[in-house]
Amino acid sequence: MPHFAKLFNFACWLTQDRAAAEDLVQETFMKALKGFSSFHQGTNFRAWIYRILRNTFLTTQTGLKASVSFDSGDDAPVEPVTDETPESLLMARVTQETIQSALEELPVNFREVILLCDLEEMSYLEIGETLSIPIGTVMSRLARARKALRALLEANIGRAAR
Amino acid sequence: MTCDLWRNKLDAYVDESLSPEELSAVEDHLRACHSCTADALARLQLKRATRAAAARYTPSPEFRLRISQSLHKSRKPLRVFSWLPKLAAAALVLVFVSISATMWMQHETRAQVMAELLDLHVATLASANPVDVISTDRHTVKPWFQGKLPFTFNLPELANSSFTLLGGKLIYFNHSPDAQLLFALRKHQLSVFILQDQPAGSLPQAGFTTSSLKGFSVETWGRAGLRYVVIGDTSPADIHALADLLRAAAGS
Repeated sequence: MPHFAKLFNFACWLTQDRAAAEDLVQETFMKALKGFSSFHQGTNFRAWIYRILRNTFLTTQTGLKASVSFDSGDDAPVEPVTDETPESLLMARVTQETIQSALEELPVNFREVILLCDLEEMSYLEIGETLSIPIGTVMSRLARARKALRALLEANIGRAAR
Repeated sequence: MTCDLWRNKLDAYVDESLSPEELSAVEDHLRACHSCTADALARLQLKRATRAAAARYTPSPEFRLRISQSLHKSRKPLRVFSWLPKLAAAALVLVFVSISATMWMQHETRAQVMAELLDLHVATLASANPVDVISTDRHTVKPWFQGKLPFTFNLPELANSSFTLLGGKLIYFNHSPDAQLLFALRKHQLSVFILQDQPAGSLPQAGFTTSSLKGFSVETWGRAGLRYVVIGDTSPADIHALADLLRAAAGS
């Protein structure tokens, strides 16, 4: 079962529910098995199976709700980073828990692009294949997602400091 | 280019997604700009921290097993599909064996019937009184059976043939009355048994078969609920010639 553990982790982040993630992974493998003939040898298998998982997720109730926030504002220019907290100060106070809770708070479309890039270490091209979006959109969405993540981290750290 | 514009490239820089030219330009700027270098370093730290924090959920061994089993199950139809030719082959073998067994049993029954008839023929030849009605005239022999048999039959005209009718007698075969006729061909004597229906398969229903049994030639056929068996120690061709005469007479 290639990518099984990583797909499960990704599914948990998407669904925010362990049981739903299990169902999602199971359905993904079933679909992959059934539709393996549609996979073209030589193309990116990882992007292919992650795309199946993500598209399956979008058909679930959680996914349908999450998809409302999808593809919105991707074309808007990304504001330059004007953080009040210097990056170095922010990173000094960031813990694993604060990142996890910030990731949970992120909209799904931001969460998934960060996970695919930072955790799965996919190239922009692979992310584009997985999410079925052009590379330019990958870059702009990733920039917005990271900005949102930093904002959440600052807010959470500030709340904890008070 | 201002630092704000350089910073827009820092994500791609930490993601190692810059083209060689862009990478070279960004690195040149970072060497000269302390602020952007600190920013790039912070982004790299956040990326690494995110990677560590995001690797959060591990599938349970039970789930792993469940997935493995469900994948195995979902492959089953394929396996069944791949077994279909084997199942079909097995079914064919079964049918073949059944048919063979039935045919073998029929063959055995037929062989037993033929062996008994051969015994009757040999016993007739060995008898001092081989026939009950002694006549070369078919119009004498046939009527002799009237009232003795629950069926009737025609005998051929042998005037233009090398066969001679010697007579006939009543026999009991399988608990039913039947006819045995004796013919002569040169020095040979041949028996013709005219039998009532036997259990299915014991003798041919239609057509004829010629075979050899302990040196004797045998030809059998069935017609109109009667079974004809010609047995003699002559050549199969002679047996067949007599059988043809009988068949012609029966059909007339």
